[in-house]
Amino acid sequence: MSVNTQLHKDAPLLEVKNLETAFSIDGQYYNAVDNVSFSVKPREIVGIVGESGCGKSVMSLSIMKLLPKGIGKIKSGSIHFEGVHLEKMSDKEINSIRGKDIAMIFQEPMTSLNPVFSIGFQIQEVLFNHMKISKKEARLKSIALLKSVGISRPEKIVDEYPHQLSGGMRQRVMIAIAIACQPKLLIADEPTTALDVTVQAQILELLKDIQKVNDMSVILITHDLGVVAEMCDEVIVMYAGKIVEKTDVDTLFHDPKHPYTKLLMGAIPRMDEDVEVLSSIKGIVPSLKNMPKVGCKFAARCPQAMPECTSITPILAETDEGHEVSCLLYPTSRPREGVLHNEYRG
Amino acid sequence: MNTEVKETTTNIRDKRNNDVLLEVRNLKTYYPIKGGIFRKTVAVVKAVDDISFEIKKGETLGLVGESGCGKSTAGRTILRLLDATDGQIIFDGEDITNIRGVSLRKVRKDFQMVFQDPYASLNPMMMVGDLISEPIRNFTNRSSKDLKPEVMELLTKVGLPEDAYYKYPHEFSGGQRQRIGIARALALRPKLIIADEPVSALDVSVQSQVLNLLKELQDEFDLTFLFIAHDLSVVKHMSNRIGVMYLGGLVEVAEKSSLYAEPLHPYTQALISAIPEPDPRKKKERIILEGDVPSPIDPPKGCTFHPRCAHAMPECQQVKPTLKEVKPGHRVACHLYN
Repeated sequence: MSVNTQLHKDAPLLEVKNLETAFSIDGQYYNAVDNVSFSVKPREIVGIVGESGCGKSVMSLSIMKLLPKGIGKIKSGSIHFEGVHLEKMSDKEINSIRGKDIAMIFQEPMTSLNPVFSIGFQIQEVLFNHMKISKKEARLKSIALLKSVGISRPEKIVDEYPHQLSGGMRQRVMIAIAIACQPKLLIADEPTTALDVTVQAQILELLKDIQKVNDMSVILITHDLGVVAEMCDEVIVMYAGKIVEKTDVDTLFHDPKHPYTKLLMGAIPRMDEDVEVLSSIKGIVPSLKNMPKVGCKFAARCPQAMPECTSITPILAETDEGHEVSCLLYPTSRPREGVLHNEYRG
Repeated sequence: MNTEVKETTTNIRDKRNNDVLLEVRNLKTYYPIKGGIFRKTVAVVKAVDDISFEIKKGETLGLVGESGCGKSTAGRTILRLLDATDGQIIFDGEDITNIRGVSLRKVRKDFQMVFQDPYASLNPMMMVGDLISEPIRNFTNRSSKDLKPEVMELLTKVGLPEDAYYKYPHEFSGGQRQRIGIARALALRPKLIIADEPVSALDVSVQSQVLNLLKELQDEFDLTFLFIAHDLSVVKHMSNRIGVMYLGGLVEVAEKSSLYAEPLHPYTQALISAIPEPDPRKKKERIILEGDVPSPIDPPKGCTFHPRCAHAMPECQQVKPTLKEVKPGHRVACHLYN
C-alpha cells in the first residue's frame, strides 16, 4: 500500500460521493446530509463551516460510522478511504481503521474523556487496540505522546485523571490520543470552541505543527471563520445539509460567490474594520422536517432570491477553476434537463 | 446634562455625556470555600479583586476577559445579586453597596440584566406575554391584561411577531428567546442594562441580528450598557470603552480605538493577537501565552500576570501594579509604564 500512495501523490485520501445521511424523526427519515460530495488530498487541511444544524458534524460521524444506531443511517452514497469503502464495512472492520488510520477530536474535552480512567490508561487503550506493544513500552510511548502535544511534566500527568486538568490540557490529551497511531486523517470537530482565545491560539498552533510533523490530512469542522482563515487550505461551506460553496481559502475570503457565504462574512464583527451595522440573515435555518423539498434551501432567507429559486434545485458546479458554487445566480448551477428530472424525484 | 457634547458629535452612536451613571470603587467579591465537618471557611476565591471603573450615561462599557477572570461576578455584584466583600457601588449618585429591603427594590427597577443562556433564563411554564410583563407587574399593581398593549409594543420593538404573546419559550429558537430576554429587560425602561455574554450561545448570523438590535435599542431608549463578553471582536463592535480583566483584576481600561490600536498591557496584547482574523492574507504575529490562568484561590504575588508575561521584571513578582492613567483616557496596571 505504501508504494501505491507514493505513486499517486495527488490521489485523494478520502473521497465522499453523493453522501446522504438521514435521521429518523417520528418514524420517518429526513436527510441531515443531502447529496454531499468532496475529497481530501494527502496533507491537506479541509475546513467545513456552517451554522448549527447544517450537517457538518453529522458528516464527520458518517465518515467515522459513529451515527447513533437505529436513529441515523447512511441512505446512499459512498465514502472511499484509501481504496476501501467505509460505508460498506462491518463494525469490526471499521474498528481496525477508526483510531488508527482515521482519528477524531471532539468539541468537549471533558465529556469525551472517561473520568474514571487515568490519562495514561486512555492513551494506552488505543495503542493496545492497534499495535502489538508491551505494557512498559505503551507507558513510555504515552509519556512521549503527552510530551509531543506540549504537556509539561508528562511523567506525572500520565497518572492523573481528566478532572485534574484544565480545558486546554484536556484538549491536548485528546489530541495525543488521536495521534497515538499516526493516523492519515484527523477529523477535528470544533476542537477549540469550548476554549478561551489564548488557549485556542495554543491548540491551533499545536494542530498545525502536528499536521506537518505527521504528514496528516485534517478535516476541520468549525463555525468560526477566523479559525478557517487561519488553518485551512480548502473550505466547504454548508447550509441545511448541502454544500453551497467549495473553494480554496484565499478565494473564499476574497471572492465569495454564494449569497449565504457573503452574508456570513459580513455578519462577523471584525477586529480590523469598524462597521456600524453587521449584515444579518433574516429568519432561521428551517428544521429537518420543514426543509423545502425542491428549490434552493436558502431561498427563503436569501436577499437575492429569484422566483425560480423555489422551483429549481441548484447543483454544485464549477464557476471558475476550483471554485464550486450551488446558486442559480450562476448559470453553471442550473441543472440540465435530465438532471433536473432526477433532482425532482429526490 | 451636557448638551454641548451631544451636539458637536457627528456620530449618532456617541450619545455619551459626562454624567456618570455608575461608579465602581475598589470593588471586591470573594467566595468562601467551606471545608471540614464544621463548614469552616478554609480559603477564599478572589473572584473580583479590587476593581474600579465608571460608566457614563449613554455609554457602553465592554468588560472582556477569559473564563474565570471575574467579569460575570463583577456584573452580578453591581446588580446586587451577589454581596460585595468590600468597595463601593455608586449608581446614579446613590451608594447602593449595602442598601437593603425597600430601597434596594426601588433601585432594582433601574438596572436589568440580559443573561447568556436564553434556554435557561426563561421560565418554560410561562407564556411569553406574561414573561415580558412580569417585571412591570412586580413593581406596580397592574394586571397582565392591562399591560397587554405595552407588551405588544415591546414585542414589535425587539422584532418578534405579535402572536408570540400567546406562545411558550420552547416554541422559539435561541435568537428569538434572546429577544424575549431583551424585551423583558426593557420592560421597566431601565437606565442600565448589564448584558452578560448575550450572544455567545448563538450562531453567527443570529448573533449579528441580536447585536444590531441591542445597538438600535440603545439609541431609541437612551440605554447605558455594561457589556460582558469573552469575544473581543464582539465587545469591540458594541462598546465605546473597554475594560480588560485578568484573574479578578482590571488590567487595562481605554477607549476602544485606543485599546485596539495600541494595547499597552502584555495580557491585552496577547489576547488581541490570539484572535483568528477572518482573512487568510493577514498573517499576524502571534503572542502565544504559556500555560493556563492560575487559580484565583492562590493568585501569584505581585502582578497576577507575571508568571505568563514575556516582559516580567523582578519587581513584578513583589509589587502589585495599580491602574494608572498613561495616556488621556487610557489606564493600565503594569510596571512597564511607570
